[in-house]
Amino acid sequence: MLTKTLRITTSPHLKKGMDTPTIMRHVVYALLPVAIFSVFVFGSCAFWVLATTVLSCLITEFLINQIAGNHNSLTDSSAIITGLLLGLTLPPIFPLWMAAVGGFIAIALGKMAFGGLGNNVFNPALVARAVLQAAFPVAITTWYPAMQADRFQSLPSSLFTTPFFQPVFDGVSGATPLSAFKFDQVVASANDLAFGFVSGSLGETSAFLILVGGIYLWYRGIINWRVPVGIIATVFLLSGALYLIDATTFAPPQFMVLSGGLMLGAVFMATDMVGSPMTNKGMWIYAVFIGLMVVVIRSWGGLPEGVMYAILLANAISPHIDRMVKDRVYGT
Amino acid sequence: MFNFSKNTFKHGVHPPEHKDDTCTMKIKQFPFAPVMIIPMAQHLGAPSQVVVKEGQEVSRGQLIAKANGYMSVPIHAPVSGVIKKIGLVHTLSGNRCEGIYLEAFPFSGQEVPAGHGVDWRTSNQDEILAGVQQAGIVGLGGAAFPTHVKLKVPDGKKCEVLMLNGIECEPYLTTDHRVMLEQSSDIFMGIRYLLRSTQAERVIIGIEANKLDAAEHLQNNIPEGLPVEVKVVPVKYPQGAEKMLIKSVLDREVPSGGLPIDVGVVVVNIATCAEIGRLLPYGHGIQERVVTITGPGVKKKGNYLIPIGTPLRFALEEVGVADNISEVYMGGPMMGMSVSNLDISITKGTSGIVVFTEGETKKQGKPMACIKCGACVQACPMSLNPSRMGILAKHEAYQEMLDQEHIMDCFECGSCAYVCPSNIPLVQYFRQSKSSIRKQKLKANAH
Ligand code: SF4
Ligand code: SF4
Repeated sequence: MLTKTLRITTSPHLKKGMDTPTIMRHVVYALLPVAIFSVFVFGSCAFWVLATTVLSCLITEFLINQIAGNHNSLTDSSAIITGLLLGLTLPPIFPLWMAAVGGFIAIALGKMAFGGLGNNVFNPALVARAVLQAAFPVAITTWYPAMQADRFQSLPSSLFTTPFFQPVFDGVSGATPLSAFKFDQVVASANDLAFGFVSGSLGETSAFLILVGGIYLWYRGIINWRVPVGIIATVFLLSGALYLIDATTFAPPQFMVLSGGLMLGAVFMATDMVGSPMTNKGMWIYAVFIGLMVVVIRSWGGLPEGVMYAILLANAISPHIDRMVKDRVYGT
Repeated sequence: MFNFSKNTFKHGVHPPEHKDDTCTMKIKQFPFAPVMIIPMAQHLGAPSQVVVKEGQEVSRGQLIAKANGYMSVPIHAPVSGVIKKIGLVHTLSGNRCEGIYLEAFPFSGQEVPAGHGVDWRTSNQDEILAGVQQAGIVGLGGAAFPTHVKLKVPDGKKCEVLMLNGIECEPYLTTDHRVMLEQSSDIFMGIRYLLRSTQAERVIIGIEANKLDAAEHLQNNIPEGLPVEVKVVPVKYPQGAEKMLIKSVLDREVPSGGLPIDVGVVVVNIATCAEIGRLLPYGHGIQERVVTITGPGVKKKGNYLIPIGTPLRFALEEVGVADNISEVYMGGPMMGMSVSNLDISITKGTSGIVVFTEGETKKQGKPMACIKCGACVQACPMSLNPSRMGILAKHEAYQEMLDQEHIMDCFECGSCAYVCPSNIPLVQYFRQSKSSIRKQKLKANAH
């Protein structure tokens, strides 16, 4: 006689494989090669910057959960992603206390203030990066050359600046390819840019590894290919057109695509599910908008780099895109 | 050889099919349970009305409950025996309803005496519809909607295409597949009745590409002069839904809030059609149906011709289940309901019984926040926005769901919840929202 008690569940009783924590974990996997390579290029200081942002994101999320009495959301790995992404947008010799502040801002202001994962409007790492840019304009634009011979033996002293003291940046501070172009019209080689042997922020280094990570995430069904492809194509075509018109003021298109945070932003930040639209049509609009803004800001704005602002602006309009471009409901 | 169409509806999902276990297994007669439990509420509409008394002897096929109005059908004795008790019985929904306990005579001849047959050549529309109702036929695909109501073409409307639904897109289920392979002559006889009653010009049988053998078999056996076309469409869930089927096969869209007849189509499940062809010539009532019993927890998986009213417990003991079963579904795993009580019975609407074991079920994880991944939006066959509707449902913003999000067009197929990585019980939300909206409307109308 059958006497088993049965479990009651609601339909559908089948589930497609991946849950949210798994998705987040795959994003971490995709980011790791980029992070490790940045440590290889810039040395131990890069490791410390990344470790600091990741840790401060995790600690902040833990503390806010404790205070607000939320369930523990650390297990979804999203704080690690934010920490890694933030670290990757910073210069390798960024004072660690500032990096820690950045991690705190990312989680507290960029994520939890909106209600936690899923409710944030903006990419938390970029929110933090924008605040840091305003608060520490010098530190965040002081760069460090790639592939220093002693990069694993010594640490730049600026890393350990005491909070609220003006850091003293040691060594040579190298211009990034974008600022070199903006202010001195020097174009870095596409090869160096693609494989990462240039100065810049941690994650600007290897377009190639970023692409590999992106393809992995696309293969896993985690990111929508329309976003990176749309952004990169828009930047390439638009800057290509400008370059054809006037090659002395405008940078060549391959340089525009490979330099700065464009690849990292296009593959890992603009694709952030929470901040991007939900329909394919919406994705195209969002991507083209970002590409357009990047070219406009880089070409006519006062800053060499425009990816961060472009994505933040696009995050802001993404809910409106969703409201305006819906798929037509069947039968209407 | 048959019409293979690349057309399909928008979006949808591809759950693992698991049909190989049973799709090659011939339909087998199931033994009679010692006591049949026959609920009166087996179909949508008013429950049937008992016309027998306790202690009365009945023979197989005899009327034991009559239709209670137009939106109702009668019920016939599934076995010869004696009425033990008339009282409340458990149903799948968890509610109880009136029912008949019928104790089967052991060793009785189970011949069904013929009643008044309906001749497809001479009868008119009304006679056929009456015959369909008298046979107690409801949609066998799972919805159990009285078929004669569905077949009634409203005045001023015209049925151009009679669509037979052989899609069977639910994973695990293979009843329609077997019926198409084994009961083609019943199907074509049913088509004759349906053509006469709907006055349709042509018939299209829609079949998914994972049942090519069935498509081929039907195609090869179309009787001379019957305007039947077999159309094979790509495999995708939920193509068996009427609206999706019509889009895939005819590229027509049923207007929001409308019915297939609004685009000139009447859709009938293929097994229902076979039943019409089998019963109407002899004036018989429906006493059994084909049910797939399958899933990792079942020892003797297969397709069985099971008497209606067979207790689920008896059915499971008969096929044998594993010790560690954890969930039992009536219907397929996408839209079927999970069973809490094994004392319910197999009814006219039972298309399958799927049994899962501890190891096989992924425990439904805790719901997490919506990460706006858009997977549900890209899955919804109606092109709704389940993510937004889910958030609105949580805030009970029903008016907004109605005005902006077309919630009433959701037919609870479950594609959105199937893909949602955050385990949000979207379908459950929508079911509740829809019923709240309906209640509000009733209230508003009452004032
Ligand atoms: S259950 Fe409703 S909202 Fe979800 S996919 Fe199906 S029709 Fe769309
Ligand atoms: S699938 Fe789930 S998590 Fe993704 S958008 Fe839809 S409701 Fe949100």
